[in-house]
This record gives sequence, C-alpha cells and structure tokens, in this order.
Amino acid sequence: MLYLLRMFYRELRRQRKRISLTIFALVWGTFSIVILLAFGEGLNRQMKIANQGLGTGIVIVSGGQTSIPYRGLGKGRQILLRKEDVELLKNKVPGIKYISPEGDRYANTLTLGRKSFTERVIGVYPSFEEMRTYYPQMGSRFINPVDLQNKRRVVFLGTEIARRLFENEKPVGKTIMINAIPFLVIGVMQDKIQNSMYNGPDVDKAAIPYSTYQTIYGDEYIQRFIYMPEDTARTSAVKDDVYKALAAKHNFDPKDTQALRTWDTIEDEELFDKIFLGIQIFMGIIGGLTLIVAGVGVTNIMYVSAKKRTKEIGIKMALGAKKRYVLFQFVSEALMISLIGGAVGILLSFLTVGLFKALPLEGDVADLMAHPVISADIMFLTAMILGVIGFLAGLFPARKAASLRPVEALRYE
Amino acid sequence: MNDEENGMIRLNEISKVYGTGEVKVEALKRIDLEIKKNEFIGLIGPSGSGKSTLMNIMGCLDTPSSGEYYFEDINVESFNHNQLAEIRNERIGFVFQNFNLLPYATAFENVELPMLFMGVKTKTRKERTMELLDKVGLAKRAHHKPNELSGGEMQRVAIARSLANNPSLILADEPTGNLDTQSGDEILAVFQDLWHQGHTIVVITHNPNISSRAQRVVKLIDGAIENNGA
Repeated sequence: MLYLLRMFYRELRRQRKRISLTIFALVWGTFSIVILLAFGEGLNRQMKIANQGLGTGIVIVSGGQTSIPYRGLGKGRQILLRKEDVELLKNKVPGIKYISPEGDRYANTLTLGRKSFTERVIGVYPSFEEMRTYYPQMGSRFINPVDLQNKRRVVFLGTEIARRLFENEKPVGKTIMINAIPFLVIGVMQDKIQNSMYNGPDVDKAAIPYSTYQTIYGDEYIQRFIYMPEDTARTSAVKDDVYKALAAKHNFDPKDTQALRTWDTIEDEELFDKIFLGIQIFMGIIGGLTLIVAGVGVTNIMYVSAKKRTKEIGIKMALGAKKRYVLFQFVSEALMISLIGGAVGILLSFLTVGLFKALPLEGDVADLMAHPVISADIMFLTAMILGVIGFLAGLFPARKAASLRPVEALRYE
Repeated sequence: MNDEENGMIRLNEISKVYGTGEVKVEALKRIDLEIKKNEFIGLIGPSGSGKSTLMNIMGCLDTPSSGEYYFEDINVESFNHNQLAEIRNERIGFVFQNFNLLPYATAFENVELPMLFMGVKTKTRKERTMELLDKVGLAKRAHHKPNELSGGEMQRVAIARSLANNPSLILADEPTGNLDTQSGDEILAVFQDLWHQGHTIVVITHNPNISSRAQRVVKLIDGAIENNGA
C-alpha cells in the first residue's frame, strides 16, 4: 500500500500535466454541476419563500362593479364592502379558517421625535398575522383580540418603517405619532421577501387594530377582506359560497364575475409549483449535459494515459507482474485521482457557496440569486459518477494492455 | 535421466509466422534447439534473421505459431497467463537492448521490482537489491534515475534487475547494441562472470567478441539455424 502511494506520488510528478488535467476535469465537472444546481435550488427556495411573503392559501376579495343588470338594478353599480360583510361571512359560510377586513389608508404621517415619514396604515384583525405572514420579531407581538376589543392605540410596524424610524433603537414599548395621535409600538415584523403584493410591500406598512382604525378614520367601507379556507382542496366551493352570500347581501347576480374582484393565491401557487418544476427539470437537463461533457473530458485523459503506458505495462509483465497486479495499480491510481478530483470539487463548491453566503449582497436580484443551497445527494452522486466514468475509462485500456502478450506491449512506444 | 536434469530449454520444430493470408512472414522456420543448464550461448545472425523472435519465445514473452517449447522439461503451451508471469518472474531474467527501465523509478526501485512481484519481504528485498547493485558496481548510484545514468550503467542496472529473483536462465537481447565498445565489453564480461557463477545465459549480439567469450555460438539465418555450435 505504501509502495503504491509512493508510486502514485512519483506518477503524479512524472505525469504532472496529465494527472492535473484529469483532476481538473473532475474538479471542474463536480464544481460546475454542484454550483449550478446549488444556485438553481437556492433560486427555487428563495422564490418559494418570496411567494410566501404575501401568504399562502389565502383569497383576497375587494369590491368591484356589476356588469349584469339584476332585479331591476342596472349594471355599472359599485359594490362597496363593509366590516359587517366580514362578520356575515364568518357566521354564514362554513369552511373559512380565518377572515379579516383590511382598511387601507395612504399618506399617514408617522413621527418619532424629529423624524417623520409618510406611510401606509392598515386596520386589520389579529388573524391577519397568520394569513399574510405578518410575523413578529423576537420580543414583540402582533395585534391581539384584546387590542381589537378595546380599540387600543397600538401599532405593528413593517420592518422597513421600524428601521427608518428607530434605526438602532428598540421600537417595542416606544410611542410614535400617527397623524399626531400617539400609538404604542407592540411589534416589528420579521424581515421578509415578497414577490407579489398590492399597494407596496408589507415591510413598508404599519398595522393597527381594525376597531381603532375605524374609530380614527371613521371609514364606513373596507378596501378588501382576506380569508383562508380550512382546506385548500375545497377552496373553490368556499369561494362560491362567499360569492353567493355577498351577492345575496349586496343584490347582485352571483354569476357576475365583475361585482367582486377575487385574488386567489392558491391558484397562483399551483402555477408557481409548475414553474418551479419546470426550472428543476431545466436544471437537471443542464446538469446532466455538464456531467456528460465532464465525463468525456475525464474519459479522454484517462484513456490516452492508459494507452500511453502500454509500454510500462509491457516492462512490468516481462518482469513477471501478473495481470491483477497491473490492474490493481491502474485501478488504485484512477481511484486516487477520482477521489482527489471529487474531493477538491466538493471543497471548492462549499467554499464558493460559503463565500456567497458571506457576501453582503442586497437588492431584489441578490435576494433571489445569492442564496445557493448545496444538495449533498447531488454532490456525492456527481462526484461518484465522474469518478466511476474516469475509473472505467482508465480500467479498460489497462485491461486490454494487460491482456496483450508482453512482447506486443513492449513494442508499444 | 542425466540428460533431462541438465536440460534448460528445448525447442521442438518451433515456427513463428507474422501476419495472415497473402502477406505472411515466416520469422522462424521449424527451429530445433536444446540448451543445457549452465551454458553460455551467443546467438548471432544478421538483422531480420529471427533472433529476437526466438528469444521472445524462449522468454515466454511471445508464443510460437507451431511447435513445442519445453522450459525445464515442461511444455509451456499448457501454462496460463499467471503461470507464464511466474516463470518470467522467478526463472528468467531479461536484459534488453534498450534497457526497458522504468524511467520514473530509481535504479534501486527498478532492481527491486521483480522481487516486489514475487512478494519478497521488505527487509530481504532491500538487502538483496543493494547486494545486486553492488555486484554490478552501482551501489553508489542506487538512488539515481535512469536519465541520470550512462548507457553502460543503465544496462548494468538492467542486469542487476534480471538477477533479482536468482533466475536459472538469463536472456539478453543485444545488451551491448546501444553501448560503446568499451561499455559493451564490460557488459559481456559481467555475463561471463554470471556464467561462471552457474547461470545459463543466452546473449543475442553483433559484438564479434562474443565468440571468444561464449561457450557456444548459434547462428541464425532467415529464420533457420545455420550453425548450432554444438
């Protein structure tokens, strides 16, 4: 064994070029596939997370205009939603897990000391947290039922707003002014990425209890309501029931698709899942092709080198080396080359991915692209496949050379 | 009985034909030859007379097209790949015109190689290797690689290697062919010494001095023995 290692080292020095080329081919093959798939998988995950930024399994409904005359009422009538509609649906329609109205006002002045910004304020129920992923950071909370019941002047800040108002200070427990009315900060949203939204990203919004909102602004109508069906498989039935209940209440034709505007994120999610699958298949194909290219590279080098060493095999056989000795030497050499190549490739992939994670990249593109995820399975599979290819490519010519009569192998230059 | 014990190799109507069909070349034509233990044979003949082919067959590096080859009274035809390797390893030592040393290994490692194939224990192997290098006067050059040695030195390494497993038969294919006259004579002197020590030696050569050193000279012309020197 020691002898083999020494021979390998010597071989390495003697055939520095070819062995380093083989190792390079292996390293590059492993590296490019692992990195390609790591970035693909990272993009995939980030897109999924971003997609969850709005919330998953929810339906968003806002008022529209009728497009069909109904019971003597003309078309073009505006349907305006109220908080009472939400209460009605809560009581009448089965299969709704959460529901919340959303009052939505822009151009509110948020002030802390001498700092002042103009932002959007929404009035919602506590269940908004779960549905729209308004998750609080550690040591803070979202609006709760008591806040709602007592019309408390409490506010839950979007991440960006909190950052701008408070910078390095802790917001929770402090008081800010919203349109000159003092509000107690009870929570700050966990940072999130969001790829679908209405009226801007959530990190730029401040949420207050709906009861407080209604009292302050005196709004009769709500901009929209959001609900989450208990079972996503039954979404369309729940959607129908909601539509019918509101049609009866607001006197419009339940078949009138323009009377209410419905945004079903569940449908979106199904579409996204298909896109994700598409991306994964695409990555798989590219990965496979890269693997083949790398495999051909490794095969070439191994094949040529084994051929070139026919004479060496001849000398050894003339001195009495048995076939299995010759093969063992080649096999162990090919294995060592494969091992080194695979290991270096894997190491390099880890380093690259680590580097990307350590880089302070910001912005939309970086959010999506700069989060590579290494899949251990793919990594080892790639290294193994390339190793096996290289190994076989070295083995077969060596086997052939070892089966020659020594005189033929010796004659080979 | 006595005869059999002294027999080293025996060739019985050995022929070797290269190529097939119309372009057949008959390299050896029904060669009969017997070599006894502890003979020193010089094998001479012009280029293309079949000397090397004969030597390759004697050394189990090649197989004859027809005829029988007895090595120590055993018909070699019955041997498989591994058994042939064993014979080459334990019974025969080769010396080639172009040395056939492993270029990346030192003199020491080259000499060590046949013992490695035989599975000689490390300690014995190292001692024997040094002993052999000393015998050919290269103990000081043990850790040099072939490209750091002169032609004569390389051939002496090759001879040391051929002796590694103390073979009964030493085959040398134009060992002096790539050497200057003086080195060539020295090499032939080494073979003569080995012969005196009890080895059976067959040397292919163009060196005219062979006839004065060898015990018997076999002359080959056009694939047939013209004079078996007996």
